[in-house]
Amino acid sequence: MTTAELIAPAARRPVTSQHLWGRVGIYAFLFAMALFFLLPLYVMLVTSLKTMDEIRLGQIFALPAQITFEPWVTAWSSACTGLDCTGLRVGFWNSVEILVPSVVLSILLGALNGYALSFWKVRGANVLFACLLLGAFMPYQVFIYPLVRFYAQIGIYGSLPGIVLTHVIFGMPVMTLLFRNYYSALPSELFKAARIDGAGFWAIFISIVLPMSVPITIVAVIMQVTAIWNDFLLGLVFAGRENLPMTVQLNNIVNTTTGERAYNVNMAATILTSLVPLAVYLASGRWFVRGIASGAVKG
Amino acid sequence: MQISRNVRHVRRNGVAYMALLPMAAIVIFAYLGTMAWSVRLSFSSSRMLPKDDFVGFDQYVELFQTSRWLTSLENFVFIAVFFLSICFVLGMLLAIFIDQNVRAEGLFRTAFLYPYAMSFVVTGLMWQWILNPDLGLQQTMRDLGFSGFVLDWVVDSDTVLYAIVLATVWHGAGLVMALILAGLRGIDMDLWKATRIDGIPAWRVYGFIILPMLRPMIITSLVLLSISIVKMYDLVVAMTNGGPGTASEVPAKFIMDNLFERANIGLATAASTVMLVTVLIIIAPVLYSQYFGKKGASA
Repeated sequence: MTTAELIAPAARRPVTSQHLWGRVGIYAFLFAMALFFLLPLYVMLVTSLKTMDEIRLGQIFALPAQITFEPWVTAWSSACTGLDCTGLRVGFWNSVEILVPSVVLSILLGALNGYALSFWKVRGANVLFACLLLGAFMPYQVFIYPLVRFYAQIGIYGSLPGIVLTHVIFGMPVMTLLFRNYYSALPSELFKAARIDGAGFWAIFISIVLPMSVPITIVAVIMQVTAIWNDFLLGLVFAGRENLPMTVQLNNIVNTTTGERAYNVNMAATILTSLVPLAVYLASGRWFVRGIASGAVKG
Repeated sequence: MQISRNVRHVRRNGVAYMALLPMAAIVIFAYLGTMAWSVRLSFSSSRMLPKDDFVGFDQYVELFQTSRWLTSLENFVFIAVFFLSICFVLGMLLAIFIDQNVRAEGLFRTAFLYPYAMSFVVTGLMWQWILNPDLGLQQTMRDLGFSGFVLDWVVDSDTVLYAIVLATVWHGAGLVMALILAGLRGIDMDLWKATRIDGIPAWRVYGFIILPMLRPMIITSLVLLSISIVKMYDLVVAMTNGGPGTASEVPAKFIMDNLFERANIGLATAASTVMLVTVLIIIAPVLYSQYFGKKGASA
């Protein structure tokens, strides 16, 4: 299975069921399933545009009688987490601050590891890589406590560098795998020719390998942006009170409110939190699938 | 001779060794070191702070007498079995139906896969709202005339796991669909023609010919889904926070609660070691055959 096939268009295949009723059945099933997958999004959207009076009628599928954007404004700028009423925008900017360095660093390291692993002979590297891959399958709970202690020792627990380092650590297995697989499919003659010309490790990396890495870097960016933006657990533990990412703040806003729950604000906040990964998904199309598959397809 | 060859090897590849230092440091300290320390702590009497003593398997004995842990293990098995089987069958059906030369294929694919881009927190909060017994789907259906309609999964401790399975299936079925569809697209046209000429019924073609050919894609999707269940924490925290009571506790949450809220490090690390060993037993053979089994397999 190569990744090229993953993005192949529909093959012109002899249709299995030519009967009219067969076709109707196929479309009925697909439409029903599309409804199942899309309805939650629809419900979230209409709920976020309703007033609380309308929500109390208990008709989640009804369109809003009177569209209000108030819940969105509240969710963004004045929703409360406990006593702190600064809205989700705080979490949004925290997430951005975490996201940018984490994505850049984890991809750079992944590319470097992949390059060193596939073109250079380093003893013990494969053992190291195997350990790294195994680590990718382990639940975070195994690593978290010792990491917390270690971070506290070197003074980065509950800080921006702390959470960025954590994302670099836990992003490394997939990023390394991604780039290693991509590089090992490149022709090795290219590399040998450059070596004969006297190019060194960094020269080959920067002037030959990196310029050829654009497609796989796009895949890596899609994967890391989605994964880091959607992270909850690591942000909760390592980011510290000042840098809590959007997902954590969203959960705090929705699940720790006292008094009557403002469902419209909650749903607006939920949509806001999912906008970045949704935009990435819609913009990336088939690249997204490529990313999912290359994370686990054998190298 | 041996020594001079070693010297030459290191001199030629020295930079590559240096480039892999960050990865080596992360594997040794952040993965292996933390794992070893977690296991070590599980044999100590640590509560709020780590201790150096050795109490044998006491923590494990206590762990398996803790009803909360036993509940979370049972829940884990229940969720894993239903989530994996439903996700797999549904994803498979979606892929097969989409592969029948349907129109607007891209739209269907987008609709089925977008939940996978959303975070578990968002997924959990969204379904918590839809399944809200007072104002959600239950009320809407009753108002439509189905007065006996009951859908109070999230607030009933007997059925809360159905709600969690529902949300996880919604989130993950698209992944199976995408991977299986990619596999179907890689199958040779001639095979379809041959089975049509031979007049083999479609369900037999899929069941006995296509399914075995999709083995790599099936393994990949099952591995990815399994990892997500083992790591499942955010969804439960957002959707039910383990409740009602302890009805939807899961192992990952049990460990986090004992680490950070209940200050019982010994018990938490014992639980995480149990998870570690379980994952190792399940994943090691798969990983071995996937990555190191067939030497020289295509990249």
